[in-house]
Amino acid sequence: MRSTARIFWRLLEAGFRRQSAYRLAALGGLVANATFGLLKVAVLFATVRAAGGELHGYDVGLMSSYIWLSQGLLGSVNLFGRSDLALRIKDGDIAIDFLRPVDVQAATIVTEVGQSLFSLIPRGIPSVVLGAVVVGMDMPATAGPYLLGAVSLLLGITISSATVYLIAVAGFWVVEVRGLQILYMVVSGFLAGLFVPIRLFPRWLELLATLTPFPSMMMHPIDILSGRVDLGGATLLLAMQVAWLATLGVVGHALTRAGRRQLEVQGG
Amino acid sequence: MGEVLTMRTRLRPYRAVLASRVRAQRSYRASFALDLGSSLLIGIVELAEIWVLFHNVIELGGLEFTQILLVFGLADFAFSLADLSFGHCDNLPVYLRAGTLDVFYLRPQPLLLQLITSDISLRRLARAAVGLAAMVVGLTINEIDWGPRAIALVGLAIVSGYVMFAAMFVWAGGLQFFLVDGAEMTNAFVYGGRYAATQPASVWSRPLQAVFGFFFPMAFTGFLPVIALLGLDGPAWLPSWLGWCAPLAALWAWGMALLCWRWGVRHYRGGGG
Repeated sequence: MRSTARIFWRLLEAGFRRQSAYRLAALGGLVANATFGLLKVAVLFATVRAAGGELHGYDVGLMSSYIWLSQGLLGSVNLFGRSDLALRIKDGDIAIDFLRPVDVQAATIVTEVGQSLFSLIPRGIPSVVLGAVVVGMDMPATAGPYLLGAVSLLLGITISSATVYLIAVAGFWVVEVRGLQILYMVVSGFLAGLFVPIRLFPRWLELLATLTPFPSMMMHPIDILSGRVDLGGATLLLAMQVAWLATLGVVGHALTRAGRRQLEVQGG
Repeated sequence: MGEVLTMRTRLRPYRAVLASRVRAQRSYRASFALDLGSSLLIGIVELAEIWVLFHNVIELGGLEFTQILLVFGLADFAFSLADLSFGHCDNLPVYLRAGTLDVFYLRPQPLLLQLITSDISLRRLARAAVGLAAMVVGLTINEIDWGPRAIALVGLAIVSGYVMFAAMFVWAGGLQFFLVDGAEMTNAFVYGGRYAATQPASVWSRPLQAVFGFFFPMAFTGFLPVIALLGLDGPAWLPSWLGWCAPLAALWAWGMALLCWRWGVRHYRGGGG
């Protein structure tokens, strides 16, 4: 048990270290975060003001927290649908992964979570700091939202990796998953609340979004971190996240087992 | 006559490459259909992002939804067409890292022209259809004083918009020679520019107006022509008569793009091997 935990800790560390090698990419990401953030500030602040200073509980300060937290998470929550595993399944390297004495699903997700956690340092935190300094934002004054928010954030990142894992293992049945990846990219950003908080959606669309795992990846951690929901609300959101992670984990496990029997690697 | 003939012979290799790319994409029918579907969905979701805001308010930056629909239509249609023909310039970092760019140098044709004509993404036609539909609806339901003036303005806007977005792809391509794996730095302005182009520029702060109004002339692709067409007032830095200056903005964008491209190509030292 302890040795398994150590293996996964090492994988987490490896993912973290690997991401740290791409410094220029991280800087590029920060520039992108800031540019999109400032454009979102312009249009969303204008929307709040046009609605009379308050819109579904969002005032300018809370909207600012939403914008900069969502920009900060952009490098950590996988909203692109791409993963290394998809390539490994396509070229057959996955056969080697199956020979290793670790669970392929868990190892893949843990490594990606490690990479995502590193991205918080060069992209996540600076984006939030930039927003706080340049635009200004309201953040909660008590410790509760930050503690629960950190847990929710970790869950959100893991949920996104677990969902992208499902797309990758679809590659056991279809040769080219690029179409699925594009579909994921289009839908996930919108329903995760990357461009507009899902509270501003029409009622039916908000409901539709909550029936998917996407709000659990980004919107819920932001709601908790920014203090938009109280303690009860935060507990409910966390419970939803845990339920989604469990569901995705079980489905991913089943698909991995079925796919393993399906797998046929040519050559030697 | 002789000159026409040499022109045709000169263009033949480009035509051959493009025709082969078109055939290749159409031969996998199911995959092509899925690509078209996803591409259509991209356009629809991008429109939905704007519609959701107008679900909450009637007017944003002095524009109503029908008017912003026209801004979105003009800008997104132009962007999709540029993406269709120039979007694969984004692959340049892949060629640079793999060293495959050197192959282009072996052929007796200009590098940029080869890169542009090396591919054409037909699936992006579906997305252009969304922009076109939004534009047509916008032109129909807004009150426009139709006449030669209005037609000229819309025509200028579409052509200049396409040229400006194409310049953005080339500009970004030129800088990839330096950035290699920092492509997101230029994406911020190419794709951020598309996002900006579909917004009412009147909500921007002064720094944003400077960056996306003039330096990268994104306001000229949709917002400025629309306020000129509908006779609306623009913000202080972006008066509506500027809508007529879209071709000048396009010229500026290409000047900058070619400068960056030249600079990048001169910097390139080959992939070795």
